[in-house]
Order: sequence, then structure tokens, then C-alpha cells
Amino acid sequence: MFKRVRWWWLAACAFALPLQAAEATVAVASNFAAPMAELAKHFERETGHRLTLAFGSSGKIFAQIQNGAPYAVFLSADQAKPRALEAAGRVTPRSRFTYAVGRLVLWSADPARVDSDATVLRSGAFRKLALANPRLAPYGEAALQTLTALDLVETTRARWVQGENIAQTYQFVSTGNADIGFVALSQVATDGVISSGSGWLVPANLHEPIRQDAVLLRRGRFNPAAIALMDYLRTDDARAVMQRFGYSNPEDYSPGD
Amino acid sequence: MFSDSDWQAIGLTLRLASVVTVLLLLIGTPLAWWLARSRAWWKGPLNAIVALPLVLPPTVLGFYLLVAMGPQGFVGELTQALGLGLLPFTFWGLVVASVLYSMPFVVQPLQNSFAALGERPLEVAATLRAGPWDRFFSVVVPLARPGFITASILGFAHTVGEFGVVLMIGGNIPGATQVVSVQIYDHVEALDYANAHRLSLAMVVFAFVVLVALYSFNRRGRGVFSVGAAP
Repeated sequence: MFKRVRWWWLAACAFALPLQAAEATVAVASNFAAPMAELAKHFERETGHRLTLAFGSSGKIFAQIQNGAPYAVFLSADQAKPRALEAAGRVTPRSRFTYAVGRLVLWSADPARVDSDATVLRSGAFRKLALANPRLAPYGEAALQTLTALDLVETTRARWVQGENIAQTYQFVSTGNADIGFVALSQVATDGVISSGSGWLVPANLHEPIRQDAVLLRRGRFNPAAIALMDYLRTDDARAVMQRFGYSNPEDYSPGD
Repeated sequence: MFSDSDWQAIGLTLRLASVVTVLLLLIGTPLAWWLARSRAWWKGPLNAIVALPLVLPPTVLGFYLLVAMGPQGFVGELTQALGLGLLPFTFWGLVVASVLYSMPFVVQPLQNSFAALGERPLEVAATLRAGPWDRFFSVVVPLARPGFITASILGFAHTVGEFGVVLMIGGNIPGATQVVSVQIYDHVEALDYANAHRLSLAMVVFAFVVLVALYSFNRRGRGVFSVGAAP
């Protein structure tokens, strides 16, 4: 008798789950911190679920997940780390998708420094050129591809200074220690346009798209809040927020993944 | 076993730590001497300033050094006016930052061993007509020798292990600012764990050997000294 009652109780709970507010811890690449804070607010208001956000570099988050960190969802700054987690069996199968595409900008804190043709880069009239480390950061890889496409790698290499990530690269340029540098549009844009200093939006055909992938981790595969978040990131509402923060939508690029 | 860039980082780290340790002893010794003996009211505040780098997270300290040494910062304006250019992204920029960052590790052991000496040995030396410099080098330095060794070890080790400050003002330039700690971090972030483990292991083994050598040297040194000083 007692057993039967408990079964009923469990079944009732199972039905109630999707309607109840759940909680999920989400690991987010630092470069996506500002839009994610905004997205989380929208998401919580719309669904009633609660999110706890943990920011860090994708490489550190990767190591943490491999060692048992309690994250349900991982929003990476690249595709390599989510793919590596897939290979390691840490990811819910077929959950990986590109949630945002970053845009690269050649930027200077000086409002008169970078014109719309990026003359400064070709003329070599600069002291230091900052870029993110191409080995570590997708924005750095894109910067290197851009310099390669413009055939400027050899002439500028001696004046490169490299940030470990795109946030640090931005610090080098915004403090004037590097007079120009390749940063993320999201760092210098308000409502999708460059709003401080001067910059050149690098044409998208000069580098591979900077795709940022999200995965539902195995720990989060039964978590209603985590599952709902994966859906929410594909909505028009979420994409409008990302666009305001300087990210493009994945659909604007041909799916060549 | 190591790539060329790893070797370059190892060489650079040793060079940086050696230069910084020498500078720290040159600056830290008079500073510690003064702090150990002065009764000025601003001794307390100065002591606190020397200890401040212990409190600030290294990346935070590095960020403010980046701002201060930049073209709009007061240090940057000074170095530019002197025709030295800007310090960030240079070897000497790292030297300046490391000296600031490791200062408490050198000043505090020296200050403690100077304070522990007391007045007596100096007074005795003065009655034997030793001048101030003679007193310092013939009496204070040998007596405070364990303090000097501890200070050198801590200053050197702390510079080898320094990461946050270098990360913020270095710019990862091979041969100028790409030190071992940053190189290990790069390997980890690039998921190249094999190279990270190799380099970390080498760093730990090296540090262990150096520390063992110095500590046993220190013990033997004290023994020799006490025998020599007995009569």
C-alpha cells in the first residue's frame, strides 16, 4: 500500500516538472559575458527558470568540465572546445549548435586613427598592433587570417603584441599601450555600430567566421532549465539581443560546418 | 624534449629572475635597514606600502601598471619624456613590475634579521673604530646572512612563479616577455596538456634543486660562520 502511494507521488512530480521553475548553472566564455547577462534576464522573465552564470576562458571551462564541474550548459568562444568535449563523451549527443558569430574590428582608442580603408595597417604608421593569441583565441586566429589575406604578416609581425584573450587585447588598445589592434565588435559597439575611438569592421570574407558553439552537457540533459535555454538561444528575441551587442546571427553565414 | 619557444621562455625567465633578484637586493637592503631602525612616524605607512603587493591580486596590479605605464599614465609620460619610450611589452617593463611585485618578499626577511641584530654588535664595532660602511659590511651582512639568503630565494622564486602581472603587461612576445609561466598557461589554454605537464615538471624539478642547494648552503654557511666567530 505504502509503495503504491509513493509511486503516485513520483508520477505526479514527473508531470509537474516541466511546469516548475528549475535551476541551471551555465558556463559562459568571458567574451560573451555582457550579452549573456542580458539574455539571462530575458530568459528568466519568460520561463521562470533560474540561471547561475559562471564566466571564464573557454580553455579553463573545458578543463573544469573534464574534471567534474557542475555545469549544465557551456557557451564556448569557439568550436574547438565543444567538439573536444563531444569527443570526450561529456556532451548530450547532437546538442551542439552555433549560437552566435563574432565580428572582428581593427580598432584604435584615438578617434582619428583608423579610417574605413584601414590605411594605417597598410602604411605601417603605427607603433604596436595588438591581437589575441591566434593559438588560443578565435579572434586571434581571425586576425591572423586577415593579416594573411592582406599579405601583411611579415611586415607587421615585429610589432605584434598578443593578448591571452580578446578582453586583454582590448585593454592593450584602450589604454593606448598598443595604438591599434584587432578586437571584437562587441567590445566597441553600441547597438551594433562602433561607438568609441575609430575602427574598421573587417570584411567577413577576409577570415573564417568566428563561430561560437553551445553544448548541452551530460549533466544538464534532464534539466528543464538547461534544455529551455538551448531553445531560447535560437529565438528571435535572443538573436536581437546578440545583434545589439555586436554579434551576427549564424544564419547570415552559409552552413559550411 | 622542449620546443625552441619553450627553451627561449626558460632562458628568459632565468634572466628576468636573476636581474630582478639583484635589483631587489640593491633596493631592498637600504630600505629594510631604514625600516628596521627608523623611528619616523611614516615608517608605518611605508611598511604598509611595501606590503601592499601581497594584498592586490596580481592581474589587478598588472592592470594598473598597464594603465600607469601607458601613454596616458604618469609613469608612461615620465619614461617618454626621458626618451625611454613605453615600458609595457618590453623586458625592462617586466623587470620594473617584478621588482614592485616581489619587493615584500625581499624586504621583510631582511628587515626581520636586521631588527633581530639589535644595537649591541654595532656598538661594539664602533668602539673598535669601525666606520658606518665597515660596520655594515663586516658586521651586519655576515650576521644577517640567513636573512639575505632567504630574501634572495624568495625574490628569485617569486619572480619565476610570477604570472598575473606578466600576463597583463607582457604581450607574449617571444624572447622579451614570453616567460615560462605564461608559456605553460598558453599550453593549457590550447588544450596541449602534454607540453604543459613537461614544462611544469621541469619548473618544479628546477625549483626543488635550487631550493635544496640554497638551504643546505645556508645551513653550512651558518656553521662555518659560528665556528669562525667563536673566538
